[in-house]
Amino acid sequence: MSRKTIKCVVWDLDNTIWNGILTEDSSVELKEEAITVIKELDNRGILQSISSKNEHVPAMEKLKEFGIDKYFLYPQINWDAKSESIKKIQKSFNFGIDSIAFVDDQQFEREEVSFSIPEVSCIDAANISEILNMEEMKPNYITEDSKQRRQLYMNDIERNSAEESYIGPKEEFLNTLNMKFTIDYAKEEDLKRVEELTVRTHQLNSTGTVYTYDELVELINSDDYDVFVAQLDDKYGEYGKIGISVIEKKQGFWNIKLLLMSCRVMSKGVGAVMLKYIMKSAARENAKLYADFIPTDRNRIMYITYKFAGFKEIMNKNGLVRLEGDLEKSGEYPDYLTVIENIEDTHIYASDF
Amino acid sequence: MNIKEEVRNFLSRFVGDKTFEDSDNIFENGLANSLFAMQLVIFIENNFGVTMQNEDLELENFKDVNSIVALIQSKLN
Repeated sequence: MSRKTIKCVVWDLDNTIWNGILTEDSSVELKEEAITVIKELDNRGILQSISSKNEHVPAMEKLKEFGIDKYFLYPQINWDAKSESIKKIQKSFNFGIDSIAFVDDQQFEREEVSFSIPEVSCIDAANISEILNMEEMKPNYITEDSKQRRQLYMNDIERNSAEESYIGPKEEFLNTLNMKFTIDYAKEEDLKRVEELTVRTHQLNSTGTVYTYDELVELINSDDYDVFVAQLDDKYGEYGKIGISVIEKKQGFWNIKLLLMSCRVMSKGVGAVMLKYIMKSAARENAKLYADFIPTDRNRIMYITYKFAGFKEIMNKNGLVRLEGDLEKSGEYPDYLTVIENIEDTHIYASDF
Repeated sequence: MNIKEEVRNFLSRFVGDKTFEDSDNIFENGLANSLFAMQLVIFIENNFGVTMQNEDLELENFKDVNSIVALIQSKLN
């Protein structure tokens, strides 16, 4: 299933969000329909940004005056080509370019963007009132995480700027974050978020499998499968639920059917932590550990995560790879985070090193 | 720049001011930060014009400067 969904809407300002041109007359008027759409998109967990040819300070001041500056992350207000601004926004969020939509009243701007980055969905500002009805603007579920999504990203921005101003090795910086990684069995209330992650995540997804809500309910209730979710927190706040694993358990051997981590936490090494947890569990239960892997053009980084954690390829046929984990290589969790394993069947561990 | 110098140059961007020997393990305790590993693989492929196959992607081949240089040399021959 690859229904395209928009993760970020980039807005123009003059004659798009407001009537009038700010540099000509500062008494611009906010468009009612635009603000309705912006608030609802925010509620749906769709992030928003700005690409406007304007002076940065007056434009931001005006957005603050209207009380809507908070809705826009990484606003690009400059005189560069809008295609360049949108590329910057895409890099900042690290979304696929095809998950970005752009709203502008000027055909010239929409065409400039389409010419350079055809994957972006360009929308005429005249059609603002139709945006909320577009299929790609409707996520399957709205979870607590989606309503918080903008706040979660703002936490990230704070973290990143703290990291940039930190002088010293990256590991030391990670130490200062007081990260806490909690692994639990997935419960039904987690499943909407799990489904959302399977639809949205491509790079850190071992098989590209998209599970529906109903399929996930069956899996968590099945004796043959374990579904784990991982939550990450640090001193700046929560990251929310950022990883899942679906493990098929048979007598004496386990098979990781899916390992998926949110790309937002890619640089924190959490994929390796999740794998270590699974390897340690398998070792405790004296089970051999295998993993399915379906290489896509986007998940090579997940392949590297497996290999470097001590998995080897034992089969590669028709686009399906089978890996086996060397359980003696599971090693220790990194120093810079505290791992809490809330798994009832086995021991309750709080492992901090 | 020779292969070793180019590799060291790339790695120095990630290790900050710390000096490191050619045989120092850059992935401590076998804990690869996979994002860094990915960037390293892409750097090697783009900079030296070689392709890392699945079987090349072993921690052993990337654990220190010497191993990385040896891997690149084997791909170039």
